[in-house]
Amino acid sequence: MSLHRKILLFIALGFISGAVRGQEMPYFVAYSHHMEEPGSLEVETRTATGRPRGDNRFFGNSTEWEYGTTAWWTSELYVDYTSTLGDATALGGFRFENRVRPLMSEHWINPVLYAEFEDINGADKSVLEVVGHDAAADFAVPVAEARADRMLEAELKLILSSDVAGWNLSENAIFEKNLSNSPWEFGYALAGSRPLRLQASDLRCVFCAQNFTAGAEMYGGLGDRYTPGLHNTSQYAGPVAGWQIPNGPRFSFEAGSGLNDYSLAHLFRLGVAYEFGQLPGLKGGR
Amino acid sequence: MNRKTKILVTALFVSASAWSLAATGDGAWLRKVPAADRARQNPLPHDESTPKAGQLLYMQHCASCHGNDAGGRGKRPSLRTGRVREATDGELQWLLKNGSLRNGMPSWSSLPEVQRWQLVRYLHSLSVSSAPE
Repeated sequence: MSLHRKILLFIALGFISGAVRGQEMPYFVAYSHHMEEPGSLEVETRTATGRPRGDNRFFGNSTEWEYGTTAWWTSELYVDYTSTLGDATALGGFRFENRVRPLMSEHWINPVLYAEFEDINGADKSVLEVVGHDAAADFAVPVAEARADRMLEAELKLILSSDVAGWNLSENAIFEKNLSNSPWEFGYALAGSRPLRLQASDLRCVFCAQNFTAGAEMYGGLGDRYTPGLHNTSQYAGPVAGWQIPNGPRFSFEAGSGLNDYSLAHLFRLGVAYEFGQLPGLKGGR
Repeated sequence: MNRKTKILVTALFVSASAWSLAATGDGAWLRKVPAADRARQNPLPHDESTPKAGQLLYMQHCASCHGNDAGGRGKRPSLRTGRVREATDGELQWLLKNGSLRNGMPSWSSLPEVQRWQLVRYLHSLSVSSAPE
């Protein structure tokens, strides 16, 4: 199978598997405090594509299975793939994350604690976060060479999020540690979004304004333990949009732009999600 | 990860799910509603379209747990009860916003407040079923 067909196949598989309904915001890096409903499974695929200067375009795909363990605890498993035009397609690795809400009711700002274990390699280009001194040049390393660089990493996040007048505002602080002898790396993500219409229509509709969400997201690295700050870090910002088909899949899109020469010029993302409400065998009570 | 760790992680995962699913909707949340929230009135008009819109929202967000007819599903509680019927607008709005996380009811603060009011209007339009609460 040619590389182009492989790319088309795995993008098509992403669409088929679907991704998002209900509680999710159309962000790609930032998390809000909204959790998966208990007993529900959401399958989502996100594809990031960019082109390092003077190199070939890459497609970094991440397929995730998000399960609501309880109303305050959500678990996710990710599998990452990467394809680079004119190069190769490779498995980027696995991630397992858990998010916990320590407070049991809504406040003006709602914290969520996040812990993730990653078994990934250098070919992973899903760009689910940007930390430390991650650079555009990292995306230009040939896949065969990059995948030999295996990384076992732990990632912690402090997620803060608020819902105000129809807006969701989310702020994330990211702390990542390669479990080998590497320093802690830092990053952040900020995002805000709002439905185009707050009041729901009394008609069944797919294209009603209430089903569309628009906003913006910004994220980047903040250096590491020894060299904290913005120097030699990648920074991205761009508009995000989401479309939730009632009782159907959710689509999200982001057109990110690099804010400095250390970043990719553009980073486009597409997400498709579908939620399987109340898995068979877990239709028990609450 | 060795075998014992795997078993421990799996047991923790399963017991957390079971704990969440085993808890019952006993209405304890009602005691937590602040007086100011309890007294809130639904600002939406008493017309035909509000509960209709609320029903569409219910089918989209709530029916997978509480059933298409709101009569409950498995151990998930029925919403056709005297407790729901007699709850004030403000109490239901508070429950939808905050959830009852320990009992498995998620927070729906991601929905705009006006949509939660539409849901409240729909829930109050439901008739009480004869099944035990």
